[in-house]
Amino acid sequence: MIILYINIVLLCLLVITAIAINQQDNLFATTMLTGIFSLLSASLFVCLDAVDVAFTEAAVGAGIALILFLGTLSLIKYKKQIKNRVSTLGLLIVIITGSFLIYGLQDIPAFGKPENPVQIYLADRYIVESKKEIGIPNLVTSVLASYRGFDTLGEVTVIFTAGIGVLMLLGRSRHNYKGIVSREKP
Amino acid sequence: MEHHLVLSIVARILIPLIMLFALYVQFHGDYSPGGGFQAGVIFASSFILYGIIYGIENLREVVHPSFIRSLAALGVLIYISVGVVAILKGGEFLNYNLLSENSVTGQHIGIMLIELGVGITVASTMIILFYAFARP
Repeated sequence: MIILYINIVLLCLLVITAIAINQQDNLFATTMLTGIFSLLSASLFVCLDAVDVAFTEAAVGAGIALILFLGTLSLIKYKKQIKNRVSTLGLLIVIITGSFLIYGLQDIPAFGKPENPVQIYLADRYIVESKKEIGIPNLVTSVLASYRGFDTLGEVTVIFTAGIGVLMLLGRSRHNYKGIVSREKP
Repeated sequence: MEHHLVLSIVARILIPLIMLFALYVQFHGDYSPGGGFQAGVIFASSFILYGIIYGIENLREVVHPSFIRSLAALGVLIYISVGVVAILKGGEFLNYNLLSENSVTGQHIGIMLIELGVGITVASTMIILFYAFARP
């Protein structure tokens, strides 16, 4: 029962943080609020017993991503140039899409029911057989690294490719030709 | 940065602990939450802390950008070569059962090696990203 209240409080805080992010003009404050958002979702994942995901969210979302945002902010001006204003067309589209999403929610199976499709398809087999087949206590690791090893290869390749992409776009200008630095300090 | 005496001393104590924790998360991932992705990020964060407090130029001397670029490729290479070794032993790609006589031991070895590859790639990619975004 207490977990329900914790979930409600965390979700309310998430909504408050999202609204606060939307209202901010100062990009530094927005960045910090994004970090808070990540930390709150990490706590939600802990409540859902998804500790591995929470770990990743806390380390990447609230840690590294925040540092990268701050690094970018130190290169640019951190006051938002475009003023917030309400556009009627945008509001209409958001309301229509939102009501469709809420309508679609009724078909989604109830939260945490044992007969949900996600629980009956393959999950039983992993829980029962993985002890015998792989012999590792952490089920998440055995699914991630062994049963779904090919997916994880894809994920690692995506991270590697992202690193290469950033290097191609930003890596050289900083290192070889010091355009940005010399322009700032004449 | 000699102005931030407190920061630099605290960082000097913290950085080895962060690295140790990253190694724990990496190699204890079979028994507790964690694994290559999380460990890589934590390991990279110790370098990023060093870079923030002691300056990017000093960090560039500690880990050279070209070295870290080849490390990022090395992680993916470790991962793929585990799969290729499984093929050479007569199985499917990434079938860890064949890495050892006992299939459970093979799974242990395979998972440990690919998690190591994941950790190396994630850590070095994060440091690459930090180099690209940080102001020199």
